[in-house]
Amino acid sequence: MMAQLIKNGSLTVDTWNSLEIAEGESPETLSLPEGDLLFPLAVWLARKNEIIARYPRIGLLLQPADRVEDVAADLHYFQVIAVNFPKFVDGRGYSTAALLRQRYQFAGELRAVGDVLHDQLFFMRRVGFDAYALKDGKSVEAALASGFATFSQPYQGATDQPLPAFRRNA
Amino acid sequence: MYQYNALDRQLINERVAQFRDQVRRWKAGELSDEEFRPLRLQNGLYIQRHAPMFRIAVPYGMLNAEQLRKMAHLARTYDRGYGHFTTRHNLQLNWPKIEDVPEMLAELATVDLHAIQTSGNCLRNITTDQFAGVAADEIIDPRPLAEIMRQWTTFHPEFAFLPRKFKIAISGTEEDRAVTWFHDIGLHLKQVDGQVGFTVIVGGGLGRTPIRGQIIRDFLPWQDILSYCEAVLRVYNRYGRRDNAYKARIKILVQALGIEAFREQVEAEWAHGKNGPMTITQAEYDRVAAHFAAPAYETLSAAELPQEKAFLRWVDRNTHAHKVPGYAAVTLSLKKHGIAPGDITAEQMEIVADLADRYSFGELRISHEQNIILADVKQADLYAVWQKASAAGLATPNIGLLTGMICCPGGDFCDLANAKSIPIATAIQARFDDLDYLFDIGEIDLNISGCMNACGHHHVGHIGVLGVDKNDAEFYQVTLGGRQGYEAKLGKVIGPSFSAEEMPDVVEKIIKVYLANRHEDERFIDTFDRIGLDPFKNLVYEGRAHGKAKSAAQENA
Ligand code: HEM
Ligand code: SF4
Repeated sequence: MMAQLIKNGSLTVDTWNSLEIAEGESPETLSLPEGDLLFPLAVWLARKNEIIARYPRIGLLLQPADRVEDVAADLHYFQVIAVNFPKFVDGRGYSTAALLRQRYQFAGELRAVGDVLHDQLFFMRRVGFDAYALKDGKSVEAALASGFATFSQPYQGATDQPLPAFRRNA
Repeated sequence: MYQYNALDRQLINERVAQFRDQVRRWKAGELSDEEFRPLRLQNGLYIQRHAPMFRIAVPYGMLNAEQLRKMAHLARTYDRGYGHFTTRHNLQLNWPKIEDVPEMLAELATVDLHAIQTSGNCLRNITTDQFAGVAADEIIDPRPLAEIMRQWTTFHPEFAFLPRKFKIAISGTEEDRAVTWFHDIGLHLKQVDGQVGFTVIVGGGLGRTPIRGQIIRDFLPWQDILSYCEAVLRVYNRYGRRDNAYKARIKILVQALGIEAFREQVEAEWAHGKNGPMTITQAEYDRVAAHFAAPAYETLSAAELPQEKAFLRWVDRNTHAHKVPGYAAVTLSLKKHGIAPGDITAEQMEIVADLADRYSFGELRISHEQNIILADVKQADLYAVWQKASAAGLATPNIGLLTGMICCPGGDFCDLANAKSIPIATAIQARFDDLDYLFDIGEIDLNISGCMNACGHHHVGHIGVLGVDKNDAEFYQVTLGGRQGYEAKLGKVIGPSFSAEEMPDVVEKIIKVYLANRHEDERFIDTFDRIGLDPFKNLVYEGRAHGKAKSAAQENA
């Protein structure tokens, strides 16, 4: 089942599917189905030309250890970049998002997927995510009601508000 | 002292609301225990041996009287009437109910206190020197920059889920009373050619793998400290190990890469943030520094002190030189014999708050040696302060002496302990209860931890005691020669560990070797440096088969 997707402050229908590399398959040989796909980094790197030729819309799926630097030159191909949080306590995805937005100016949809909880949404939005696939079983209504507005004004700068309080309020 | 403005207050109130809702969702089953755990930890809430343990933040050790009274009120209302000051300036309460914590946070917020990031894998409370701003040997007051850094760390969106906890300490003196060499980031404020900046140390830490940090930058202008720390943290967040909690601290990453390669990565990262919006402005520095302006000191000359032996002893041990003539900084000892080091009752907190109001501009500091400081006492008031503090059991003249030891809560309270530590502290205090003897021994740091996590800083004690577990029994390993300060160094293990009953004898023998060998006016640590480990080892293990001899004896038996 596709997780529920929050985008632009409401629940939306998600048309993207993540491509999984099953056991015994390799990025070079796995078959590529139709549809809007989020490609694992390894598949993208191995099959870039084929993917660009075949798919009108392309998504990328990054894992915590994936280096943004490896796709920095390709970012204009992606409508969507999904950053996976296999465990919500693994915070590497926050730096990934910050780099995509702040350093490489990625302007497409940046979504957090995996173990995404209500309680992380405020932080996720601040580093630059704009779409969130909540973990299964978590209430979208509750998340929308209070997940983004936890704190009204942050101290430090980040992607959404690069100026720290001491510059904004100066 | 820093006064909260509307933004600061709004944030901590919003934090209370957030945590109240998280506790409600957890109770309702909307958050699993596993999901709730990091959330409660970031609010200082552990589940411990007997009950939850709740840690209240005292940012860089500064408190006012009203805040301490509020802590007293919480200890009395929600706990058993006492609390425990830690080596990281915080106050721990050992028996609250989880359900009460939102209310406790709400009460704390009324006096601008909180428990934000006092635990968990995030940027922790920043620590500094308890004599900041008043010390005679200070180069730069670290408090304005500590406060600016406190704000930057609070709810930092990129670094709330780091591989491991992250601790930063700042010192503004040559001597360094903030253990900066043993923090994830240690900062030394200094002045070079009229420019103020930091020497930045990275990758230090105690714990299971104690490592002295290394200098990553000899001089960093103060304006750049936030952007530079962001660069360090981004490299750590991305590349720090997450597969093994014991190897997840930044010190392991720095060791694995080597300081040169680590520095290159940080500099490459910093090239993007340097001169960006996180560069601290002079206006912001001035705004915050104004809160730490000197209080209304009077023009005084040195006061005549009553010539009473007990009082003079206390003055000798428990007061510290002040940069303003006629004033002194007073350390109230939380190391009364028979009491767990760092423990303080609600009544004592109220007495201390009154002392602060009456004699020290209403302000207090907590030291990492687990004591309370009245930083601005007129010398002429010392006698009155001493009398009142004595009556409250807060004037034991043992600061810097053997019984003024640091000690973690150990097996009596802490789930992670391998052994008890408080009873060891108490037994040693009982053995050395003769004040004349204690004074004769002179300056010595004894630090006790109940396990290798090193919350009691045993590695940097002149004498360090570490609780270890051998076949489910509690034993104690002894190190000698550790020290804090600018020349900070790890102690050396003297040999096989001891049982709890042996510990007072062991310490007594160590002291004997020192007394027999010292030159006139030589401190323990200097004698140790001169004569080395062996004389201590020989006496302590005299007549005791150990090492090879012991295994041979066992085989023959
Ligand atoms: C009772 C609850 C406590 C728990 C569960 C706890 C847990 C831990 C753990 C797991 C570490 C190891 C960190 C590492 O090696 O990375 C540690 C280290 C430390 N803790 Fe605690 N601790 C507790 C109480 C305290 C207290 C009471 C103090 C102060 C007296 C304290 C201050 C420290 C310090 C200074 C370290 C030093 C190690 C370092 O940062 O390198 N903790 N603690
Ligand atoms: S050193 Fe060990 S026993 Fe002592 S408080 Fe820390 S974790 Fe607990």
